Amino acid sequence: MANQQLNSRNPRVDLEYRRRKSAEEMRYQVVSFSLMIFLTLVAFAAVAIKGFTAWFTAPFIVLLAFVQVIFQLYYFMHMSHKGHEAPSLFLYFGLFFALVMALAFMTIIWW
Amino acid sequence: MSTLTQKKGFGATIWDFLTTVDHKKIAILYLLAGGFFFIVGGIEAVLIRMQLAVPNNDFVSAGTFNEIITMHGTTMIFLAAMPILLGFMNAVMPLQIGARDVAFPFVNALGFWLFFFGGVFLNLSWFLGGAPDAGWTSYASLAIHSKGHGVDFYVLGLQISGLGTLIGGINFLVTIINMRAPGMTYMRMPLFSWTTFVASALILFAFPPLTVGLTLMMFDRMFGSNFFVVANGGNTVIWEHLFWIFGHPEVYILILPAFGIFSEIFSTFSRKRLFGYSSMVFATVLIGFLGFMVWAHHMFTTGLGPVANAIFAVATMAIAVPTGIKIFNWLFTMWGGSVKFTTPMYWAFAFIPSFVMGGVTGVMLGTAPADYQYHDSYFVVAHFHYVIVGGVVFGIFAATHYWWPKMFGTMLNETLGKITFWLFFVGFHLTFFIQHFLGLWGMPRRVFTFLPGQGYETSNMISSIGALFMSLGVIVLLINVVMTSVKNVKVGNDPWEDGRTLEWTIPSPPPFYNFKQLPLVRGLDPLWLEKTAGKKGMTPAEPLGDIHMPNSSFIPFMISFGLFFAAFGVLYNGEKSWAVPVIIIGLLITFGSMLVRSVKDDHGFHIHKEELMDENDKGVKA
Repeated sequence: MANQQLNSRNPRVDLEYRRRKSAEEMRYQVVSFSLMIFLTLVAFAAVAIKGFTAWFTAPFIVLLAFVQVIFQLYYFMHMSHKGHEAPSLFLYFGLFFALVMALAFMTIIWW
Repeated sequence: MSTLTQKKGFGATIWDFLTTVDHKKIAILYLLAGGFFFIVGGIEAVLIRMQLAVPNNDFVSAGTFNEIITMHGTTMIFLAAMPILLGFMNAVMPLQIGARDVAFPFVNALGFWLFFFGGVFLNLSWFLGGAPDAGWTSYASLAIHSKGHGVDFYVLGLQISGLGTLIGGINFLVTIINMRAPGMTYMRMPLFSWTTFVASALILFAFPPLTVGLTLMMFDRMFGSNFFVVANGGNTVIWEHLFWIFGHPEVYILILPAFGIFSEIFSTFSRKRLFGYSSMVFATVLIGFLGFMVWAHHMFTTGLGPVANAIFAVATMAIAVPTGIKIFNWLFTMWGGSVKFTTPMYWAFAFIPSFVMGGVTGVMLGTAPADYQYHDSYFVVAHFHYVIVGGVVFGIFAATHYWWPKMFGTMLNETLGKITFWLFFVGFHLTFFIQHFLGLWGMPRRVFTFLPGQGYETSNMISSIGALFMSLGVIVLLINVVMTSVKNVKVGNDPWEDGRTLEWTIPSPPPFYNFKQLPLVRGLDPLWLEKTAGKKGMTPAEPLGDIHMPNSSFIPFMISFGLFFAAFGVLYNGEKSWAVPVIIIGLLITFGSMLVRSVKDDHGFHIHKEELMDENDKGVKA
């Protein structure tokens, strides 16, 4: 409930609504948490199971990691909530600049 | 009588500044320290021009010349231009957005002290066995092989001061996002606040690559790693990329605030709303974005290949578009305005042609094939001095005259200000215009002397005479500052009489809590809006109430001092027996101070409503 700001001093304002909101929020958290555990197990499995080459497992694990980051940011760090526009703007720009630099380092630096 | 208005002794004033967390006092510290380094860098510039005044000169040796040019560039960029601009941001931005302080006053003080100790550390190299001598870019192929400790001073000093700049930038971002006065929407922010915002975002993204580069360099030089050592499989080009990924945004960190300063000045002294405000904001953001996409144009001759060169050339030229938007907007702001030629307006007026010349040579240099001809010649030197002096330094002089009354409560002498302008303006063009041609005639940059009979004599002499004029201009400004401070004639809220933005609604200098009541902002140029509605000041947005203020603290000084101290240990690691204990003691000071900050509750204090009330607020006479 800490994420919802009250304009009123009365703690009982919208209590039902807020309780429902929090329950919903909790459900999302539990769902995403179990998904994250599952994805982690999948990642371990991809390495453990014989028969996959590194050309498959490496990009696959990176993909899973990417999904985990999204879960982490949006459900556990509440980026899905209102009022996080500025942080997400900066996150995405930071990500973009970093990827451009990584691209440059991989393409135009000769050894 | 409040204790806050008592006269303080000298020692108490010093202690006050050492512990202050007030953004206006930190601004003064930035100006003092930045101004000092500006003088140091200026003296280095004069030494360069003395050496190059005549052919075959032996005024300084080749090695010393390398140290002087390196320190001139490093000092001017990191320790003079950027801190002075951060000083103006500190002084003005919170006032312009109607805030009582920045978001993190403690961190603000920490940012200043880190910069200061980093700068002092770097300059101590002069007395401890020689300054860095690999150029301000410190390319790894030179820096790795540089003898002595010069480059180590560069690496550690910039690391410490860069930390300060980075947290300063984050602080400004949070302040602007969270602390705007009621009604101050993003699209009502004065342009100087906007450019502060974008420049801070650039600091946020540009400084980490520098930190990485400096760390790799530190490990290579001090701990025997091989990131840049070609013989062991390293690659020096990585340094160049890391440096310029930082370095190109860095020059926009410098020029954008200057653009903001000029935008304020043009609209104030043309007594008109800034022409095309929203396109100015758009252009600022676009320049900030493109600033990250063009770093490799500093490296066209490195051998990136024609495709990469072409991409970076086109991206570079694209920046001319938003910059052109700005130039035309400034011209149209003056067009039809009732222009008043004050000293700040002189600088702003002269800025346009000077900066456009630097911009045009920039596009010339951005043309990759042509760059092979200009590269490493005086043409490049002329180009970047036209944009940095003609843009940033003009902006700093303009802001000094424009905001001096707001910061110190006294008005700089206008006549002396105009003398400063003419001396510096003439000196600037005399020094650098001819350098375009020196470059085209083939004179290489960063070379300590030249031979007679190659046609460089007269031009170099002219250039050196120009440096004399610039020095005289700066001296006149210093005289002006001293005279104004001694006379100490106080001025009112709006000394230019045409103030448009919130900083001109409060006393000069502002009280330490800035706004007794936060103002209600009803549009762009809030004060001007109220003036045209026939009012004297702003409508308050809140009733008079208690104001929460942070306590002063000596901890930022101690945190920074610990790193400064530890840096000596790192520098002499493996040479002196005391190196390791010094590292440990220094880090203990730093982390111990941070621990004290963490465990000690410091809730600040309140200024009570009764202390803020004066006769007018009480309504009835008691």
